Amino acid sequence: MNIDLSRRGFLKLAGAGVAATSLGAMGFGEAEAAEQAHVRAFKLASTTETRNICTYCSVACGIIMYSKGDLKAGEKAELIHIEGDADHPTNRGTLCPKGSALKDFVRSETRATKPRYRAPGASDWQDISWDEAFDKIARAIKDDRDANFIEKNAEGQTVNRWTTAGFLAASGSTNETAWATYKVVRSLGIVGFDNQARV
Amino acid sequence: MTTDPSLDSPRTAVSNPPVQPMKANLGPGDVIRASAMPDLPPPERELTPVAKLIDVSKCIGCKACQAACAEWNDTEPEIGYNTGVYENPHDLTPEMFTLMRFSEYENPESGEFEWLIRKDGCMHCADPGCLKACPAPGAIVQYTNGIVDFIHENCIGCGYCITGCPFNIPRVSKTDHRSYKCTLCSDRVAVGQGPACAKACPTQAIVFGTKEDMLTHAEARVEDLKSRGYDKAGIYDPQGVGGAHVFYVLHHADQPALYSGLPEDPQISPVVRGWKGVTKTIGLAAIGAAAVGSVLHGLLARANKVSQQDEHEAEELVDHGIPRAGTERV
Amino acid sequence: MTNAWTDIKNTDLVIVMGGNAAEAHPCGFKWVTEAKATRGARLIVVDPRFTRTASVADYYAPIRPGTDIAFLMGVIRWCIENDKVQWDYVRHYTNAAFLVKEGYGWSEGLFNGYDADKRAYDMSDWEYQIGDDGFALVDPTLQDPRCVWNLLKAHVDVYTPEFVERVTGTPRDRFLHICEAIGECSAPDKVMTSMYALGWTQHAKGAQNIRGMAMLQLILGNIGMRGGGVNALRGHSNIQGLTDLGLMSNLIPGYLSIPRDSEVDFKTYMSTKGNAPLRPGQTSYWQNYRKFMVSFQKAMWGDAATAGNDWAYHYLPKLDVPTYDILRMFDMMARGEVNLYFCQGFNPMLSFPNRAKVTRALSRLKLLVVMDPLQTETAAFWQDHGIYNDVDPASIQTEVIELPTTCFAEDEGATINSGRWLQWHWAGATPPGQARPDTWIMGNLFQRLRELYRTEGGVFPDPIVNLSWDYKDPHEPSAEELAKEMNGRALADLYDPKDPGKLLVPAGAQLSGFGLLRDDGTTMSGCWIFTGSWTQDGNMMARRDNSDPGDAGTFPNWSFSWPANRRILYNRASADLSGKPWDPDRKLIEWDGQQWTGYDVPDIAVTARPEEVMPFIMTNEGTGRLFVRKLMVDGPFPTHMEPFESPVANPLNPKLLGNPAARIFEEDLKQLGTSDAFPFVATSYRLTEHFHFWTKHNRINAALQPEFFVEISEELAAEKGIARGGRVRVWSNRGEVWAKAVVTKRIRPLTCDGKTVHIVGIPLHWGFTGAARKGFGPNSLTPFVGDANIQTPEFKAFLVNIEPAEGEAVS
Repeated sequence: MNIDLSRRGFLKLAGAGVAATSLGAMGFGEAEAAEQAHVRAFKLASTTETRNICTYCSVACGIIMYSKGDLKAGEKAELIHIEGDADHPTNRGTLCPKGSALKDFVRSETRATKPRYRAPGASDWQDISWDEAFDKIARAIKDDRDANFIEKNAEGQTVNRWTTAGFLAASGSTNETAWATYKVVRSLGIVGFDNQARV
Repeated sequence: MTTDPSLDSPRTAVSNPPVQPMKANLGPGDVIRASAMPDLPPPERELTPVAKLIDVSKCIGCKACQAACAEWNDTEPEIGYNTGVYENPHDLTPEMFTLMRFSEYENPESGEFEWLIRKDGCMHCADPGCLKACPAPGAIVQYTNGIVDFIHENCIGCGYCITGCPFNIPRVSKTDHRSYKCTLCSDRVAVGQGPACAKACPTQAIVFGTKEDMLTHAEARVEDLKSRGYDKAGIYDPQGVGGAHVFYVLHHADQPALYSGLPEDPQISPVVRGWKGVTKTIGLAAIGAAAVGSVLHGLLARANKVSQQDEHEAEELVDHGIPRAGTERV
Repeated sequence: MTNAWTDIKNTDLVIVMGGNAAEAHPCGFKWVTEAKATRGARLIVVDPRFTRTASVADYYAPIRPGTDIAFLMGVIRWCIENDKVQWDYVRHYTNAAFLVKEGYGWSEGLFNGYDADKRAYDMSDWEYQIGDDGFALVDPTLQDPRCVWNLLKAHVDVYTPEFVERVTGTPRDRFLHICEAIGECSAPDKVMTSMYALGWTQHAKGAQNIRGMAMLQLILGNIGMRGGGVNALRGHSNIQGLTDLGLMSNLIPGYLSIPRDSEVDFKTYMSTKGNAPLRPGQTSYWQNYRKFMVSFQKAMWGDAATAGNDWAYHYLPKLDVPTYDILRMFDMMARGEVNLYFCQGFNPMLSFPNRAKVTRALSRLKLLVVMDPLQTETAAFWQDHGIYNDVDPASIQTEVIELPTTCFAEDEGATINSGRWLQWHWAGATPPGQARPDTWIMGNLFQRLRELYRTEGGVFPDPIVNLSWDYKDPHEPSAEELAKEMNGRALADLYDPKDPGKLLVPAGAQLSGFGLLRDDGTTMSGCWIFTGSWTQDGNMMARRDNSDPGDAGTFPNWSFSWPANRRILYNRASADLSGKPWDPDRKLIEWDGQQWTGYDVPDIAVTARPEEVMPFIMTNEGTGRLFVRKLMVDGPFPTHMEPFESPVANPLNPKLLGNPAARIFEEDLKQLGTSDAFPFVATSYRLTEHFHFWTKHNRINAALQPEFFVEISEELAAEKGIARGGRVRVWSNRGEVWAKAVVTKRIRPLTCDGKTVHIVGIPLHWGFTGAARKGFGPNSLTPFVGDANIQTPEFKAFLVNIEPAEGEAVS
């Protein structure tokens, strides 16, 4: 067998500017690399940094988001990388396997990106505008609340509750979202109100 | 573009990355060895050797290193299957440069069960077998700080680096026919950052700094383990490859094989070692069918360019039944 | 958490039981490895499985799911018997000396006053003996047989090491080894920390599991100490915030409560909330309840809440049942009693027990509205996905609207970590497509609703039309406006009550602390415990000074911690009766002769004299509670109860079903399985590669753990002929799943009550949307029953059967 030949042939085929004779490639002669040694360009250069907190668990690690484009300057910002914030007292720059891949959550292909409507009995979604969605929901709330709100119980005590509607809030949302949600939900008299804290 | 003059080698893996444009502090002038380039000029300067220490006794097997690695390097590991184990992907791939390997061990001495978890990946050997085996000029380089890096534009996808590697690390892509492995995040190190895996590691089982500092740190860790009853705790920094720039603290340093087959005494195959000399032909013959398989694969993948002669010879080689070694390489 | 993640570095012993911190909270767990590496701390793990946390532990012991109370009561018994008690702490800082009413008692697994038909206790005798002066009677010598300490001793007497082994399956030598390690932490300069999570909460007696550890920590003198405490690891990034803000059936922000029907007016409501101290000179801070409540009503309804209308008390809904929790709501839904349902960032289809019932319930709604950054299974519950969601869309009449929301990267605001830090974050990415913030969605919806009520009228429109909503853009309140409202401000000039000429806060100014809140309508605050988070000095939650005075781990100038920027709750208890730290190396605060000073905001009035005012200022006693009076429906002490589905009978009383005081609906009672048909104990859990049902939408996390599996021991695999990586079918009396089998030495059969008990581990991250392979979750199997006190579903212990399954998964 002639390994040299096979090897030589392979090297020739590999092309890509192997500017050497086969002999040279074998370690003899004056072979030179086609490309000089280099490291990959540092990909965070000229990105915009934003401090944030990991959205997953309640360790609440500090993170830095790196984006192309600056939201604060009114630009579109495309998230390209997320890394732990080394200044954060809890995580000190570290992130778990979920936190390390946060960018993939933000940019997931199965993010919801437009309002959708499913009609009774339908087997598919259809698109709907925000306005149509709000009108439908507000109407449904008003009609059901007006029909089923309980102002007084059997003993005649004022109870002002609405039990035919329920609302689950999100433990992944901010305090501010939660407070806005609390106000609206309670003003309607909803008692079937919960979040992941119990589950 | 500026280069921070204080940047030699970072002493810590935990600082926030810069976003101002910076010139890479690792370049052609820092290369001390390159594949198939025996007459390489000497490096322009000597960087302080760096190292990544993996303390398996602190490792919780969370795979943050895998996630951070894929994110940083923009690779796309395949969404596979569960085959009854925790390893995913099931092996290193061209898209997954590091892998947590899990072994269940019943310690006969203590009677205790142990779940031994090891981060696998390139060891960045001081004496790199991959570089020695590589026939493509400048496809594998070693910098003076110890990083062994693949220059993919020069790679011909022959897979000899895999054969040359005593740890079975590099993987050749089926898509672009180039070989991939951990770069020790040379692009990060070049701007004063530690590798992405070390930065992410929640328990700092992975730490990065100068080799000297890492050895000191490792010794302290060994002491702590001994105080917890691991009498055989020690450092795994294999001298058969001249020491490594990625090394381990093990609770059972006397039995590295417990950690998913970490080699007891890894050596570059004498064949590869002698390759650059007159014995090269014999050496190549003995490298084994695995490498040849790769060659064959490379040839067939480019069938329109391969000569009948080459193909015939390659097939003949395989038919000769040289024993296959190691796991299947792609 | 009583303490904080960064505080764990101060500990000597970490006990992880009812949780799996390394796996579920890796970056918080770093502080365990830090304590191990820098101060030689030891880590003990007690868990049905040898977890990733166990892989780095110094000692591990297995335990049968659902038997933690027996273990913990056994430890307490061992500590008392072996004099491993921090006596000075127990005598002064707990209610050990308080005398309990004669009627209280326990026998055969039940406390006095049990009514089997109602599945409830009459709790009236679970109370102290009260003297003529209105204070509780005490015996500081702990001699009186009716003192809490002696009742506790009697209560734990049954939990011998033999009994513990019989119930829990934990080998006796392992149990005793752990007792000894824990016992060492009764020394004033040795501290243990407890880290727990859903492994303790998701049981029908979850709250009692945690009480067991709280009692143990009081006995060891570890509450209030650096490196100590009882630390709930918690789940979602803002689960603490949503709890603090009371987004639950029965809560008002800041742990105030929604009234019951019987509380017909504000006066009646307040009559049970006086919170008079039970011992002389004690703080009993809840005496300020009325200030918090009135300030809340002012935040909600502004000028419409007046002294003349009981502060709009009638605007609040009243409860006829303790809670309309999710189990009750979905039971009602399944019976057609709910028409509209909203899911804001919540995926009940995979989160709630008995998925078949959940699907049935959702199918009876008229309208389901889902607001989420992701396409969830809940939004698509009507879609046919073969075995993964076997429904007929044509037969489901529910209308569904799915609204795309922004996620953390695209919005601004604060989330609260387990250690109660309110941390602000900023937006750094443009939302995809038409995704909009939840605040914009709620704002738009509310504007439309208010308009409908204004133009059309309707039933009781008052709380809607009068809701305080004076935001610059009513369609999208800003995070800053909402945060300031929660903090609260002065509605009139506030003068010093002790010096009426002294202006404390001018009208309109943000308040700097909840001590300024008033009950006369001159202050407003959406959530009193957040007061101080956005003051006249700005946004305290955005602070980023990471200095750490004394290397104490408190980081007092990083963000804001409720309450009052206090980092370790009950920190007064870190010092002895005279005010000197129990352990000088763990100083938090100390009495300097005039006031309390130190590394943390004192959890007591700054000038409250030691030896007079006891540390537990939120209790009426001023002490920690070993005996919890009438505050828990299933007993003043934890007692061993079996899971609702158990392989063995309760050895204390074989007739008892689960937690005898837990509610279970008729239909769900019928669906309980028994061990003859379902011989194996299953438990649910999370894997480190995934976060709930979110990360299966990510490429990388999906690659790291792509496919649903269950874990079983080699012994069970051999018994059933199941191969590693083979396909299995697992079923309970409520449903079935198909999975890959991970056969492992990390799960071992246990021996309980002479019987071999096999455990089947079921992780929960898969569904039918996203990037990962389609799969199932444990909720297809779990029983529809919750904790007796708070209704957290029993996900951690239930019965299943398992067999090899033919063929490959259909995907």
